[in-house]
Amino acid sequence: MSSGHHEHSEQQEHHAEPGFWQKYVFSTDHKVIGLQYGFTALCFLFFGFLLMLLMRWQLAFPGQALPVIGKFFSDSSMPGGIMLPEFYNSLGAMHGTIMVFLGVVPLAVGAFGNYVMPLQIGAVDMAFPKINMASYWAFFVGGVVMLVSFFVPGGAANSGWTSYPPLAELATTGQTLWLLGMVFLITSSLLGSVNFIVTIIQLRVKGLSFMRLPFFVWAQFVTAFLLLLAFPPLEAAGVLQLMDRLAGSSFFLPSGLVVSGQLMHNSGGGTPILWQHLFWFLAHPEVYVLILPALGIVAEIIANNTRKPLWGYKSMVYSLIFLGFMSFIVWAHHMFMTGMGTVINAFFQTTTMIISVPSVIVLSCLFLSLWGGSIRFNTPMLFALAFLPMFGIGGLTGLPLGLTTTDLHLHDTYYVIGHFHYVVAPGTIFALFAGIYYWFPKATGRKMNEVLGKLHFIGSFIFINGVFMPMFIQGLAGVSRRLFDGGASYYHAGPVLKLNVMMSVSAWCLALAQLPFIINFFYSMFAGEKVTSDNPWQSTTLEWATPTPPPHGNFTFTPEVVRGPYEYSVPGESSDFLPQYQPVKG
Amino acid sequence: MSALEIPYVYTPREDTGLTNAKLGIWLFLASEVMLFGALFSTYIVLRVGAPVWPRGASILNVPLATLNTVILISSSVTMVMAWAELARGQFKRHKLYLALTILLSFGFLIVKYVEYSTKFHHHLFPSKSTFLAIYFTLTGLHGLHVLGGIVVNTYFLGPGAKMWKTEPQRFMGRIEVAGLYWHFVDLVWIFLFPVLYLL
Repeated sequence: MSSGHHEHSEQQEHHAEPGFWQKYVFSTDHKVIGLQYGFTALCFLFFGFLLMLLMRWQLAFPGQALPVIGKFFSDSSMPGGIMLPEFYNSLGAMHGTIMVFLGVVPLAVGAFGNYVMPLQIGAVDMAFPKINMASYWAFFVGGVVMLVSFFVPGGAANSGWTSYPPLAELATTGQTLWLLGMVFLITSSLLGSVNFIVTIIQLRVKGLSFMRLPFFVWAQFVTAFLLLLAFPPLEAAGVLQLMDRLAGSSFFLPSGLVVSGQLMHNSGGGTPILWQHLFWFLAHPEVYVLILPALGIVAEIIANNTRKPLWGYKSMVYSLIFLGFMSFIVWAHHMFMTGMGTVINAFFQTTTMIISVPSVIVLSCLFLSLWGGSIRFNTPMLFALAFLPMFGIGGLTGLPLGLTTTDLHLHDTYYVIGHFHYVVAPGTIFALFAGIYYWFPKATGRKMNEVLGKLHFIGSFIFINGVFMPMFIQGLAGVSRRLFDGGASYYHAGPVLKLNVMMSVSAWCLALAQLPFIINFFYSMFAGEKVTSDNPWQSTTLEWATPTPPPHGNFTFTPEVVRGPYEYSVPGESSDFLPQYQPVKG
Repeated sequence: MSALEIPYVYTPREDTGLTNAKLGIWLFLASEVMLFGALFSTYIVLRVGAPVWPRGASILNVPLATLNTVILISSSVTMVMAWAELARGQFKRHKLYLALTILLSFGFLIVKYVEYSTKFHHHLFPSKSTFLAIYFTLTGLHGLHVLGGIVVNTYFLGPGAKMWKTEPQRFMGRIEVAGLYWHFVDLVWIFLFPVLYLL
């Protein structure tokens, strides 16, 4: 399996063998960059999760000292192990920021997109390898800035991941670092998205027409457009907030603003709602950035493990494109409560109902793809299967939030938290786990352990529902989000308050359930079962035509695509899969 | 490690008619349109919501800005000439026009500097009013784009010019892409000028 690699390097013998730094750190190889993104993003996911575990202590046992671990925190965050409200707010803001911008998106797009997409289209690398490297390092710097912000006076940003003014403009230095970090992250995703789109359009191998692209590539394609066009308005908003904070302007500060009984001496004339518009103009497409690559991964794994073509590939692709367009005109459904007026509310309510149609089409197609398949229940498939109902719950619970009348009651309650965590946590993150288990053999040449994998799956599946399902109950009872005491000071929260303990225990057990994954990941990397073939899952798409792991330059032959991406169980064929690159007989 | 042959760097792909770099710069410019679009929208929202909004000419220096408009449009012309001379194989004249473009860009920034320092001298800061705030933000961001253009063009005039000897077609593509970017920067100013100074 490494013979191809040797041939390749012999051809390039006149080039000096790159050193460690060039090969693994400042690499321009899309696979190395993909793995760098993957490792970094997994670390950030874990870190963001830890922040949440701390918060869950405070929510379950408000005002009580955190045993053992509490001692390690400074007096400005947890004096005597008791969490200060400001620190709780910081944890909340940074949990959201880190999970979305430093965890899930870099893993879904930066890691899987970078590693798998060029392989699936038969390319030697991305179209702009150096820009690809720059994209990773901009992301890395952005991440470092976010981490550093925990250690400045006043702590990290504490105005929510949405950074609404005026609150965010009055916040401590951490907020300035948050904005600077975001500028780096936006730059990174801009560089990445240009690269992705150009690569998919320009570097497809011969015969790989758009309707023969694997669904994962389509998902990355639409995602890249969303990142390209939706992120700049947030960059603009970030610049404006930086101006407000550093140059004393009043873009988001109204006239006559009174803070703690003191009249602010700013020029006024600005509007806090403007920030919300600019923020959600990014952040709603961002929701689809979080979910589309996950749908792509799940589609690949379902087709492969049902040994059937995807049901309704074309309608899935068209839905995806439509969804991409629509995602730009639904943003203000996050702002029904700001008093935009019934006409504007009605418009955004309508577009929101419309955008749910393509999402349902894609999900239904994935469900129908299972019909009549002889399903292989391996670990990646289990995660992919669990994704379907979990994403379904997340999506359907979103409808009452998109309708203005019901949103009046549910807005900013725990129901919202439950809704989007169902989409992103047991939805997207499960799909990302599925992807890790699925493509691990391609990247390392070894399979991950199935027993540990199933243990990881069952634990995660049970406890993640234990965390998020009660949130719907609390939210329907009217418990607001972002409460430092979890609602203890509100009378109406009384009957559902005891759920907090159950949710927190579930969260801690969920953390324990990740141990098999961490062990499995490192164990399998060095001592896992070696794969005997370059195509261990007997898949049809191009990434499995490369040597394992793929060398620099990827392919040992020039692939040519002759058929669609999911030719499984074709009648009359000797094997149950026909790879895209396998020449037509006769 | 960098010996990979990435296709369509030199010649356009047949079905798209584009080289990678050209498609890339158009996508980049699309995102730039969204960036400045958001800022222009901010301008509209602030102005529509303001009880009084100053006429640009009463605060800003229109003659200087007109001069700057002429300078920037001229630099766009010299940028096209730089590319056209390259297409004719006139490398020396290309260098002359590219140098001229850079010179004009510096001229633009110098005029801008004069404008800014008079404002600061009269204590007109972004904190004074939302008009001044959006003025400084928009022109400042545009100024950064001009600076970016200068860096790119200077690179192609200096160390980047070596490529003309080895890969002339690719070098021409690079100048074209740099030109597209430069015209965009010019275009942004053509919107900025009337919106901020005249309306």
